[in-house]
Order: sequence, then structure tokens, then C-alpha cells
Amino acid sequence: MDAARTPPKVDAESAYGVVAIVLHWLLAVLIVAAFFIGLSMVDLPFSPQRFRFFNWHKWLGIAVLLLSAARLLWRAAGHPPPPGPAVMPAWQMSAYRGTHLVFYGLFFVVPLLGWAYTSAVGVPVVFLGWLPLPDFVARDKAFGEGVLKPLHEVASWLLAAVVVVHVGAALKHHFVERDRLLVRMWPWWPSRRRA
Amino acid sequence: MTPSLRSLACVLASLLAASAARAQPAAPARFVPTQSEITFQIKQSGVPIDGRFRRFDAELALDPKAPQSGSVTISVDTASASVGFAESDAELPRAPWFDSAKFPRAVFQSSAIKALGGGRLQVVGKLDLKGSPHELVVPVTIVQIGAQSTASGEFVVKRLDFKIGENEWADLSLIANDVRVRFKLVFTGLGPL
Repeated sequence: MDAARTPPKVDAESAYGVVAIVLHWLLAVLIVAAFFIGLSMVDLPFSPQRFRFFNWHKWLGIAVLLLSAARLLWRAAGHPPPPGPAVMPAWQMSAYRGTHLVFYGLFFVVPLLGWAYTSAVGVPVVFLGWLPLPDFVARDKAFGEGVLKPLHEVASWLLAAVVVVHVGAALKHHFVERDRLLVRMWPWWPSRRRA
Repeated sequence: MTPSLRSLACVLASLLAASAARAQPAAPARFVPTQSEITFQIKQSGVPIDGRFRRFDAELALDPKAPQSGSVTISVDTASASVGFAESDAELPRAPWFDSAKFPRAVFQSSAIKALGGGRLQVVGKLDLKGSPHELVVPVTIVQIGAQSTASGEFVVKRLDFKIGENEWADLSLIANDVRVRFKLVFTGLGPL
């Protein structure tokens, strides 16, 4: 088949499945919420609100970890992404692969670093205030504050940067190149048919 | 002496001995603060947070042969509370928590001690914390090693009984009402129980 011949039109065949779409948007909301709660909580004065924000931030992080694992398993279990635009420069293809590889790495690394950090400083995670999670690093406040916390922060900012690239690229494809890329993942689209 | 007189004498002697034991308070044991600890555990949204008091004092007068005649007083410097986080530790002496400026000391004073056997005692007393006296029943185990006696035990207090964590902090969904207190108090000069 001559890939360059047909202008790409996204249709039923090239849309993500319901599970992948739900997981994508759910994770998008959870990750953005965790990021901004994390960003604001550190400047809050000693108050119940500060404690609540820290709890929510940790619970969101654990949810991101679990749902990312589910997402990866779903993808591995025979639900690969649909083919992208037929015409795409090689550098864009590499950028796409690279950002998604970094994405999946950070979906795990960022929450795990946060979990390790809070464990190290002696505040174990109790998911939703109900399920105590084990500490997987030893109690070591200096290591937690000096190493794990900055790593968690740097990794979070890196994730935020990749999100910006991801959103920017998706919008550019859709509105500048007009290859209807967004339709693959948009929760609802009038013209999209699904099997 | 006739048998009845002899038994009367025995009764009198034991009465005298008992009153002597009551009249003669047990020599106070010496408290060893450096080896003693008073810790507490709170639960913040299910997360256990361990804290301790750095400064406290204990006075114990206990006759091992007559524990019920003994008494114990424990006095805790409320400003010495620490949960190991500088930011939280700075808040604990403030008004919503221990209000150490107004209530510098929390005092437990026993009112009754009952021997349960095997080095175990049940101590009833009053804990006066933040101007809110409440009665406590505290199980204590005393273990004697060499010249040292270690009295340890744990009990649970309701923080709101003592107004620890007021106003916005009274929310029990954030910080649970139950606070588990553990103590290990080391004394010398106390005979084996």
C-alpha cells in the first residue's frame, strides 16, 4: 500500500478503544490534579488543609501508579495504539516514540519516588486513609529529604514538560496539519464510528 | 496462753504490722530519666505518627510488699512534645494543641494501686492535661533487672477529652481521637515485686 497516497482520515479503525480512552483521560485528570495539588501544598501554612492536600496528593499518586499499570497491561494484552497519521516525518515518529517512552517511565517513576520519599521520612502512605502501604525504603530522613524529594520534584517537572510537549503536538497535528489526530483519543466525536 | 488468747494476740500483731506498713510510707525510688521514655502515637488519616516527650519526671513510692499503699506522680513538660518534624514540633506547644504557655505541665497522680500478681499493677489516677482532669486506669508491668526496675505499659486517651487539637483541628476524620500512649519508666532503689 502506498502510504503517501491517501490523505489520512481518522475513522473507526484508527480510534483508540473505550478502555484506552477512559484510562487516558482519567489519568490525565489525576496527573494534572496531583501536580497542581503538589505544587500548592508545599506553600500552605501548617493547617488541616495542608494535611488534606498532602493526603490527596499521595492518594492521587498511588491511583496514577495503579491505573498506569492497568493501562500498560491492557496495551500489552493485545490493544496497541491505532495507526497514526499516514504521513509523518521520521523525526516526528521518533519524537512520538520518545515522549511516550518517557511518559510511561515517569508514570511509574514519579509516584514511586514520592512514595519512597514519604516512607523514608517516616510518614507511610495509607491509601484513601484506609489501606496501609508497605515502606519499600528504609527510614532515613536525610536520604529522603536530600535525595528522594529533589528527585521526585525534578521527575514531576520533567513529566509536566512532556505533558506540555504532548498536548502541544496533538493540537498542532489537529489544527495546523489538520490530520484529525485528536479524533483517535477524543472522548466523543460525532463523525467517529466505532465497531 | 490459752489458744483463744494466742489467736487474739496473733490478730493484734497482724493488725499492728498492717498499720505500721500504712503509717510508714515506702522509701521513694530514684527515677532514671535518661533511660525512660514516654511516647505517643496519633493517626492522621490512618497514618501512624510517632511522637515523644523529651522532658518528664516521675516520683514513685512503692512498697513491694504492700503495693496498694504506694503512689506515683508523673509530670510531663508539655513543651517538650516532638513528632520528629520541626514544623509540627513548633506548633505543638501552641494554644490549639498543648497550650504550654498556660499549661506547662501535664500531671498524672495515682489514687489507687492494685497488685495483679506477676509484677503487674493496675494504677488508677487522674491525668490533668491542659486543665482537663480525667481519670485513667493504667496497666503497668514492672520488670526488675539487677538494681533497675522498669515500669512499662500503654493506654489510650481521647485527645478531645483534653482539648488537644482545637477549632479546625478538632476534625476527627483528619486526626483520630484515640492517642496511644506508651511509657517506660526506669527506677532504682525499688525492691522486687
